[in-house]
Amino acid sequence: MTDLPRASDLGLIGCHVCRLVCRDVKGDNAVCPRCGSVLHKRKSSSYTRTWALLIAAFMFYVPANVLPIMRTVSLGDVDDNTILSGIIELWVKGSPDLAIIVFTASIMVPVLKFFALSLLLISSQRGSKWAQRQRSKLYRLVEFIGYWSMLDVFVVALLTALVQFGFFSQVEPLPGVVFFGLTVVITMIASMTFDPRLIWDGRDFDD
Amino acid sequence: MTMPPQGIKPAIAPPTLWICEHCDTVYRRRKLARGEVARCARCDAILARHHSLNVNGMLALVITAMIAFVQANIWPIVTLGLNGQLISATLWGCITMMWQEHSQVVAVIAALTLFFFPILKMSLLFWVLLFARQRRRAPGFRAVMVLLYRIGPWTMSEVFVLGALVAIVKAHMYFDVLPNPGIFAYGVLMLIITAFSSIDVRRLWDLTEETPA
Repeated sequence: MTDLPRASDLGLIGCHVCRLVCRDVKGDNAVCPRCGSVLHKRKSSSYTRTWALLIAAFMFYVPANVLPIMRTVSLGDVDDNTILSGIIELWVKGSPDLAIIVFTASIMVPVLKFFALSLLLISSQRGSKWAQRQRSKLYRLVEFIGYWSMLDVFVVALLTALVQFGFFSQVEPLPGVVFFGLTVVITMIASMTFDPRLIWDGRDFDD
Repeated sequence: MTMPPQGIKPAIAPPTLWICEHCDTVYRRRKLARGEVARCARCDAILARHHSLNVNGMLALVITAMIAFVQANIWPIVTLGLNGQLISATLWGCITMMWQEHSQVVAVIAALTLFFFPILKMSLLFWVLLFARQRRRAPGFRAVMVLLYRIGPWTMSEVFVLGALVAIVKAHMYFDVLPNPGIFAYGVLMLIITAFSSIDVRRLWDLTEETPA
C-alpha cells in the first residue's frame, strides 16, 4: 500500500479546483492553465492557519454555550434559554428524538470537531504513521458534518420571526446565537484550511 | 495571500491520471461501469463515480430545484395560531426579523447560506449546463466553475429543513402550529440536493471543449 506513487514524488501537481493534472514547476506562483486558480502542492501554512482558526472558534464556543441564545416571554414569564437548556426543554416537553438531533448538531458535532481537528493537527505535525487511513476518514467526516451545526441558529431565526407580531408572547434572539453562528462558520473554515494530504506526508512537509 | 493571477502556467500532464485529493496518490484513469465508484487504495476517499446522470438530466434537476426554491420562498413555512389569530412566516420574514432584533450577524449568515448562495449556485449551474448540452463552454465558464467550487459548502438549504422541523415542535409547546406549503417545497428541495450531491460538477471541464462560445 505504501508503494503507491504520490503526485509530489512524481513531479505532478493536481489543481484542487478543476482536478487538472499538471507538471510541477519550481517556484510558488504557478497557476492552473485550465481554470486559473493558484496551484499549491499543499495548502499554504496549513498547520498555523488551522490552529489559529481552531483556537478562535473555541474562544467563540465558550460564550455560545454560556450565554443564552433565545428569550421566550410568555404571559410575563421571562425565560432565557441556553443551547443546553433548550435541548432539555425539547426533551421534556417536545419530542426526545428531536432533542437528540439538536444535541448532536449543536453540542456533539462542534466538540467532536475541536477534538478531531486537534488530533489531526498534532498527529500530522509529529509525522505520525498511526492510523493514517482512519485519520483520513475522520477528516472527511468532520468536513461532511460541519455545517449541520447551523441547525440551532436557523431554529432561533425561525422562532423569532414566527412569534413576533401582536402576540403577548414573544421570542427574542440573544447574543449567544451570534457566537454560536460564528463558531460554526469559523470551524468550517478551519476544516477547509487543513490539508488532509499532510496526514500522509511525514515530516518532510513541515512548515 | 494575494497571488498574481498571471503566474507561471505549468505544462499539462497526460489527461490519463487521477490524483486523490485527500492523500495525493496518483492513479491511471479508467472508465467506470454503471454504479461503480473508484476509491483511493491509500486513504479510501472517492476518486470518481460513474456518471448515472448526463448533462440533460442535471439540467432537469437544477430547473426542478429552482422551481422548488421559488415556491419555498414565496409561501410561508409555518403558521402559528393563537386565540384565533394566525401568523405565518416566510424565509425572508425570518431574516428581516432577525435583522430588526439586533442579530444582524445571524441575519447575514442566514441570508447568505439560505438565500443568496443557493440562488447563485442554481443560476450558475443552469448557465454552464445550458451550454454544456452542446458540449460548449458557456461565456465566463472558467470564472463560473471556480465560483461554484468556492460557494459549494456554504449553501445550507437542507439544514434549514431540519431546523424548521425543530422550530415547529418547539413552537408547538406554546401555540397551535401548522406546517405550510413552504416547508414541503423545502422538503422537495432537500431531496433534489441529496440526489445532486453525488455529482461532481467538475467533470464539466472534461465534457466541454475549449472553444470560445
